[in-house]
Amino acid sequence: MFDAVTLANDTSFMLSRIQFAANISFHILFPTINIALCWILVFFKVRYNLSQDETWLRVYRFWVRIFALTFAIGVVSGITMSFQFGTNWPGYMETVGNIAGPLLGYEVMTAFFLEASFLSIMLFGMNRVSNRVHTLATILVAIGTSLSAFWILSLDSWMQTPAGIEMIDGVAHVTSWLEVIFNPSMPYRLMHMLLASGLTAAFLISGISAYRLLRGDNKQSVKHALNFSVALAAILIPIQMFIGDLHGLNTLKHQPAKIAAMEGVWQTDTGVPLLLFALPDQTQRKNHFEIKIPNMASLILTHDSQGEIQGLNDFVDAHPPVAPVFFSFRIMIAIGILMWLFSWLATYQYVIKKRYPPWLLKTGLVMTFSGWIATLAGWYVTEIGRQPFLVTGILRTKDAVTTTAPENIVISLTLYILIYGFLLVAYIRTLFVMANRAVILEQGNTSITGATTTTDIEFADKQANTENQGVK
Amino acid sequence: MLDTTLDWLPSAFIGLMALSFLIYAILDGYDLGVGVLLPLDNSQQRDTMIYSIGPFWDANETWLVLAVGLLLIAFPKAHSIIFQALYLPTALMLAGLILRGVSFDFRTKAPSADKQKWELAFKLGSVLATLSQGYMLGRYITAFDDSWLSLGFAILSAICVTAGYCFIGATWLVMKTEGDLQRRAASWAKVANILMAVGIILVCVSNLLLDARIMDKWLGGIQALVLIPIIALFSFTFFAVDKYLRKVPVANDTGCWYPFFSAIMLFILCFFGLAYSFYPYIVPFQLTIYEAASARESLWFIFVGATLVLPMIIGYTIFSYKVFWGKTTKLNY
Ligand code: HDD
Ligand code: HEM
Ligand code: HEM
Repeated sequence: MFDAVTLANDTSFMLSRIQFAANISFHILFPTINIALCWILVFFKVRYNLSQDETWLRVYRFWVRIFALTFAIGVVSGITMSFQFGTNWPGYMETVGNIAGPLLGYEVMTAFFLEASFLSIMLFGMNRVSNRVHTLATILVAIGTSLSAFWILSLDSWMQTPAGIEMIDGVAHVTSWLEVIFNPSMPYRLMHMLLASGLTAAFLISGISAYRLLRGDNKQSVKHALNFSVALAAILIPIQMFIGDLHGLNTLKHQPAKIAAMEGVWQTDTGVPLLLFALPDQTQRKNHFEIKIPNMASLILTHDSQGEIQGLNDFVDAHPPVAPVFFSFRIMIAIGILMWLFSWLATYQYVIKKRYPPWLLKTGLVMTFSGWIATLAGWYVTEIGRQPFLVTGILRTKDAVTTTAPENIVISLTLYILIYGFLLVAYIRTLFVMANRAVILEQGNTSITGATTTTDIEFADKQANTENQGVK
Repeated sequence: MLDTTLDWLPSAFIGLMALSFLIYAILDGYDLGVGVLLPLDNSQQRDTMIYSIGPFWDANETWLVLAVGLLLIAFPKAHSIIFQALYLPTALMLAGLILRGVSFDFRTKAPSADKQKWELAFKLGSVLATLSQGYMLGRYITAFDDSWLSLGFAILSAICVTAGYCFIGATWLVMKTEGDLQRRAASWAKVANILMAVGIILVCVSNLLLDARIMDKWLGGIQALVLIPIIALFSFTFFAVDKYLRKVPVANDTGCWYPFFSAIMLFILCFFGLAYSFYPYIVPFQLTIYEAASARESLWFIFVGATLVLPMIIGYTIFSYKVFWGKTTKLNY
């Protein structure tokens, strides 16, 4: 009897983790694009306002539609998120609700309402309010999305590096809100995430624009968008690498077990090598097939080639599963390096040769969603790296889980996975449908190639008419 | 020290939370209702109906996030009891909200051959969300009791809430549209008005019969007298709305807002009836708001913010309704 109960609890625990991870992984895809895309739209709009060059307005119009679609999915998956705490992690709110509650509350009150209310004016209000009010609405939505990131990342960082509280009878009580909100890892995580968002949006824009160019869409607006996104990526990526390094140093100070897992270091040592590849083996507590650069990890993390790094064996029972953290970290870094190569190469090509060769455009197309992969990988490092704790040193994940029967969670999890899988496919497909439509649009019926159907063309024509009216 | 001086905070928060749930039921009520009513036989009317709620649905749903957020912030224990008990209907409701939220956008952006499918998804999502909300309300009212009688009550409640949302949705359309669609909306509203009235009577009576404590609260003393004006108000609104709807389209569209405002009135009345039945319990007959409240310092921190921010929220909600005032037109980017 007792065993059956434990088993049910363990199953609920595993299922709840999978469900939470699936939900937030899906959710974060869309805010990641939108936090930065919204500021980029502000940029397009202001460029138009200043130059009165309609090309910028066309860029704006194409991307604002994608923004709207992305936003809708971000909102509905976010609403699901806000129910997860109560349904699956009741122990979380019971222990740290005094911190999590107000931070989530401020996110809703200061960010969500701002976004939701001005979004409609930004999307549909162009002909209803003055141009200035419309630009202002766009800026307010952008502020809203960034504020939302601020609050939620503050909470997430607090769970990584808690500060400003005292424990009374097993419940966390706040002693200083300032220390809670600006906890030690918060500034780094906020910067790193905002930059990740900028890069994700930049690569989305360059990917879709490259696709349009490859389809023979030579409009000036497409080139504007491509040049802009390449330049943005080229500027952001070195900053991201620099901040990422600082972020890692900060983590070394506050969560050494996470760093040990990221670097695959089992035994505390000096002059630790940097592992380019390895297969960490948690049962034997060692790595197989190491490919390494001597002393490099010590050099990066302690800025001294003989510096000491604490190994996982110092944290028996209190360190995360090694392999997922180790590999996720390498995926993020690898994509960061690819992003750097691509954006600098593309900038070089454009500045020197004034054009992008087709192979470069194809690479850009392949990298359309590279930001998503790096962002998810980064979050897996952060979140799995925090295990077995939900709140570092304060609450273990398994102590927070729901008592809901596992059957229920199986049903809800299946439901979410089906819906999310379907939506993900529909979203990506729709992006390209919209790009194809834009290729046909304005170009007349001369060179219609590819898989677009007649109905699409009719639809595009109709839209071309309305859009032209709008431009006037 | 803080703890004793701030003991009014749980009441303040129950007020804020109740207000958010009420605003949610009214606002998302009409746009869910419009979704439920979406006709399968007329694509132009579908377009207009969706345009009529396009600028608002997102902000409307944010009230749900706020209401559930306040429950989570201020009464975390109640939040976990309620949502663990309502685990599956919550998941279904979320699935419905997801479907309708995304269909709204996909419908015009996906290949045009798929437009109708997304509109169907919009309707189904609305129906699913509405039914599950009603069912959840019924489960809550019967204190999550698992007997067949209580489950039956929850199903009754699901149907009534759907009728209520259809009513407020149809009256919204009477206000926001013209011509054929307006006439059609008026006929929907007429039927929904009757269904909702029957539903309210059934729910009230069976609720009184099901639970002696609630019976006592309403009929156990002098307070029973307030029932007289309440019933009078209900009957008056019901007949006056019915009379108006029979006359649509009215010359110059005079009073086209009237049915919608009556619907809001009815929602408010029902809501206060419900609140009175259960106060000060937050989980019916299990947990009072005082037992469930979180630490007063945390409540105070969020209360200060709420008093500053809520007026702003209301301000820009009004602004947004003003921008999209009047009869619905096509939405353009
Ligand atoms: C406000 C809190 C919060 C925020 C902003 C995030 N997480 Fe998280 N995450 C949690 C709060 C949390 C949690 C409730 O604390 C979980 C549930 C189980 C657990 O261990 O921690 C968790 C677990 C968790 C897991 C499973 C780890 C495991 O059980 O081994 C993954 C993969 C993610 N999260 C991924 C993400 C991603 C991709 C995020 C990007 C937005 C993210 N999390 C933000
Ligand atoms: C546990 C984690 C999270 C919860 C509970 C959550 C909750 C929500 C909710 C309820 C919404 C919809 C708001 C509305 O109605 O407008 C939303 C949207 C949003 N969330 Fe999250 N969220 C989480 C994680 C994150 C993270 C980590 C970020 C950013 C780094 C983020 C950024 C956003 C943004 C920018 C939006 C606006 C919608 C969009 O731009 O697509 N969220 N979130
Ligand atoms: C190439 C240089 C990079 C370095 C050195 C770096 C470093 C780090 C480190 C150390 C963490 C974990 C921090 C912790 O949990 O304590 C992290 C997390 C993360 N990384 Fe990176 N990163 C790099 C590139 C990127 C790129 C290109 C992206 C996305 C476009 C990205 C997105 C993220 C995200 C979303 C997280 C999780 C949120 C956070 O903790 O900030 N990173 N990164």
